[in-house]
Amino acid sequence: MDAPSGGGLGGADPQLQRFIEVETQKQRFQQLVHQMTELCWEKCMDKPGPKLDSRAETCFVNCVERFIDTSQFILNRLEQTQKSKSAFSESLSD
Amino acid sequence: MESGFGSDFGSDFGSGGGGGGKLDPGLIMEQVKVQIAVANAQELLQRMTDKCFRKCIGKPGGALDNSEQKCIAMCMDRYMDAWNTVSRAYNSRLQRERANM
Repeated sequence: MDAPSGGGLGGADPQLQRFIEVETQKQRFQQLVHQMTELCWEKCMDKPGPKLDSRAETCFVNCVERFIDTSQFILNRLEQTQKSKSAFSESLSD
Repeated sequence: MESGFGSDFGSDFGSGGGGGGKLDPGLIMEQVKVQIAVANAQELLQRMTDKCFRKCIGKPGGALDNSEQKCIAMCMDRYMDAWNTVSRAYNSRLQRERANM
């Protein structure tokens, strides 16, 4: 995972430095939760009822897992594509 | 959505690190945490409003009728349930990934 370099804040308190890194990571997590909740709501929720039934709950859990899988799949394939001799644009036309 | 960080940050760094300056880093950190929490709450509210409006309001009438209000109330609770479920699931996945490294 990319971390912000310390040099950019030259001379700043290392405690603040650490704080920023931690909070930035926390925010990344929060943002993804917001995004996945929104996406998965579309896929998993029909009519809002008095409680979240187990089918919907399972759907949400699966949705999160598959989203992460998709993200990893895309990164891996991109990496493979760039390693191989063929140009990137060629494989996009698959 | 406002970032909430503002321009105050820049001047605080210039006033010297550690406890000697007039601005306590601990205080800055607390204020930043509050601003982050507020921003997150705003984000949650914004998305919740969007989703629940879509689910609960058909053809917009002259006012929100009883069924619409009930729907919105339930929707809010379900959205929170969903958010918490997603948060837990994501957290579990991250732990698993870390354990596999």
